[in-house]
Amino acid sequence: MTERDEIILETSTTDVLAAFEGDLPASAPRRSWRSLFTQYLPALIAFAAVILLWEGLTRVLGVETFVLPKPSEVMSSFVETAPVIWGAGLRTLVEALGGLGIGVTLAVLTSLAAARWVGFREGVLPLAIAANATPIVALAPIFNNWFSSTSPVSKMAVVAVVVYFPVMINTTRGLLEVDGAELELMRSLAATPTEVTRRVRVPRALPFFFASLKVASALSLIAAIVAEYFGGPQDVLGQYIINRANLFQFPDAWAAILVASILGVALYLLVLGAERVLMPWHVSFRSGE
Amino acid sequence: MGTAASRRAARTGISILGVILAFAIMWEGYKFVWTALGWETPVSPEDRIMPHTWDILLTLFQPAQRSGPPLILVEARAALMTLREAFVGFVVGGAIGFGLGVLFVRSRTSERAFMPYVVASQTIPILAIAPMVVVWGGRLDIPQWLTISIIAAYLTFFPVVINTLRGLRSPPPTALELMRSYASAPREVLWKLQVPAAMPYIFTALKVSAAASVIGAIVGELPAGFRGGLGRDLLQFSQQFTAAPEKLFAAVLIAGLAGMLFVGLVTLAEHRWVATSRRQDSEIARAGA
Amino acid sequence: MTHLVVEARGLGKTFGSGEEMTEALRGIDLDIASGDFVSLIGPSGCGKSTLLRLIGDLVSPTVGSLAVNGKGPGRARLDRDYGIVFQSATLLDWRTVQKNVELPLEIMDFSPEERPARAKEMLDLVQLGGFADHYPWQLSGGMQQRVAIARALAFKPSLLLMDEPFGALDEMTRELMQQEVLRLWEETDTSVVFVTHSIPEAVFLSTRVVVMSPRPGRVNREIEVDLPRRRDDDTREAGRYFELITKVREALRRGEQDST
Repeated sequence: MTERDEIILETSTTDVLAAFEGDLPASAPRRSWRSLFTQYLPALIAFAAVILLWEGLTRVLGVETFVLPKPSEVMSSFVETAPVIWGAGLRTLVEALGGLGIGVTLAVLTSLAAARWVGFREGVLPLAIAANATPIVALAPIFNNWFSSTSPVSKMAVVAVVVYFPVMINTTRGLLEVDGAELELMRSLAATPTEVTRRVRVPRALPFFFASLKVASALSLIAAIVAEYFGGPQDVLGQYIINRANLFQFPDAWAAILVASILGVALYLLVLGAERVLMPWHVSFRSGE
Repeated sequence: MGTAASRRAARTGISILGVILAFAIMWEGYKFVWTALGWETPVSPEDRIMPHTWDILLTLFQPAQRSGPPLILVEARAALMTLREAFVGFVVGGAIGFGLGVLFVRSRTSERAFMPYVVASQTIPILAIAPMVVVWGGRLDIPQWLTISIIAAYLTFFPVVINTLRGLRSPPPTALELMRSYASAPREVLWKLQVPAAMPYIFTALKVSAAASVIGAIVGELPAGFRGGLGRDLLQFSQQFTAAPEKLFAAVLIAGLAGMLFVGLVTLAEHRWVATSRRQDSEIARAGA
Repeated sequence: MTHLVVEARGLGKTFGSGEEMTEALRGIDLDIASGDFVSLIGPSGCGKSTLLRLIGDLVSPTVGSLAVNGKGPGRARLDRDYGIVFQSATLLDWRTVQKNVELPLEIMDFSPEERPARAKEMLDLVQLGGFADHYPWQLSGGMQQRVAIARALAFKPSLLLMDEPFGALDEMTRELMQQEVLRLWEETDTSVVFVTHSIPEAVFLSTRVVVMSPRPGRVNREIEVDLPRRRDDDTREAGRYFELITKVREALRRGEQDST
């Protein structure tokens, strides 16, 4: 495995997030909210135009709902079924957050150990990279049987495993990303290994950790929903979506998906907020590059 | 394959086996210790919940149903079907991604025009809606394998676009200036400098996409009515868990291996490319000496 | 009464083993008394940086003896007897300038009240008092190095080790920084070991220039710099200054020739 494989930062979701933050390759350094808005304004206008066109054409051409649902149908379903889909959304969110908490905690603990002990790292890191390439959601049916498919724990377990690997891999990389010169400096000051970890490795690792946390938060919601497809109570998003879809009631399914997207964005903004709070230097740090 | 490459492949194979062995030992160890102590959480060590590893392996060589072919063959066929669907989408998505990347590098205006849409496409969590898309496709009389391939292509093209862009732009400005001093045509600059520089990035994206495609294929096979494929088998064995838990574990094992196999093939292709490009470099070096 | 801050006898360092063995230093005998400003100069690969790192216990000797402040270099490091400035400032980018200077004080368990006071004192000394709340990326290269120097002196060590600290700076900034270092040397009463590959710099700054020969590095010549203690721009135009530069250059050239 080449070193770049360990740069799991290059997964699609991170790039989406990075793109929104203006970090696309060869683009300008991160901008203010206003300039981001102006950059995406034409796209937003186009999006609104597409929605209108979609609505118009499906009406005029009399397109059947099962071929392509009208935006208005999706919106009316969204409003009418609001209590149901938001209730389901909340239950799925709990699964995602629970799994996120477990997975991230375990990942951070493992990373600290991996940064400290080379032997442990050499054993665990390649394994983690390989495991990351497997369809981890295939574990969902096992957990459904172990922890009862109606219990949120079965989904939390899937989310925890899915989230664990990218966070662990990236946080370890961040902890190891110390400059040789910084290590020499710490040695000249006769710092203990704990102090080196505390004062140099951890701050250095925070950007990597948060980048992986953003990926993890997006994955957590998706993993929860996908795990639910393998079996779950009626009132979670995954089961709701697949049930509606099997009955060909697509507007209802899309309304539920809209809820999932909104929750995903909310989760991402939460992580972004935490990043701003815990890394106050990061904004200025990046624009200085 | 040269001896170095075959040695490396052997080492990878051995480490995979080693990991599986280590996991089996931990599994049996858990069962042994927990049974001795009479503990039941988090997972009961009883054979009907946690079958012995050897029982799981044995089940692979027993008929899947009544007097049919052994399970391992049935699952291998299912895996092949899943992989085929994933592979078609993977190739198409990769080609589109690469094409878009090249287009965006050549034409800044097209990048500015289309990139927001590329990014926006990823705000739809295709993995979460895969089953719905398959049902939708079925309603529109689109063959199931095609719908799944489209899902795989959707999952693949975004990382490939982003990484192609990043890679094509990676050579330092001085390298571009050098090519310009040779009065190279844009096409030569692209194929002699930018694409070779981009290959490592592209391969990283392809590995991520390969894993994602397999997951997408499995999830897309979940809706009722889908025949064959790993997703269906996972659901079926999940329902048969109380009668025969080993079958589910065996199927999950095969699914995991299928994912690793696909990523492994991409890695192999990467190594082949590295070997050929290095040979070219050394030939050039020898020619110039 | 002056004591020896650095005492090396027959010091040697070999890196690697087998076919990849490189002998960086051989048979180094060197005495540095307290209050000295000694420059180590020599061609690339002559081991001057290695010698500095031996003194700082960042690298262990293969053969010979080395005493720093009358103790083993390891002991001296653990006792925090020296501060070091590298060629790159190596400031921690997530800390403000003041927090960077406080880093050694935190590690050495200075009290939370003493730390900011000391840090501000050092920043004032290097004339960056107004930049305490800036971040490293907001400062120029020269300013970052001044912060690095302030950090190295924050805990008032008796010995200051500097490894080509001004190598990455432009000529004008270099000359200003040289003046700064001399001023600090006087005001803080520290001994300095200074690695450089610039002959004018070595002569301008030092009380003694140690000329080293190419790999394996040995002490070729030690040249006393008998310029007045107070040095400034006029010194750079003095006749004796140029004579000494020529002396050093010739010693370097002879060292090169002797090895070929």
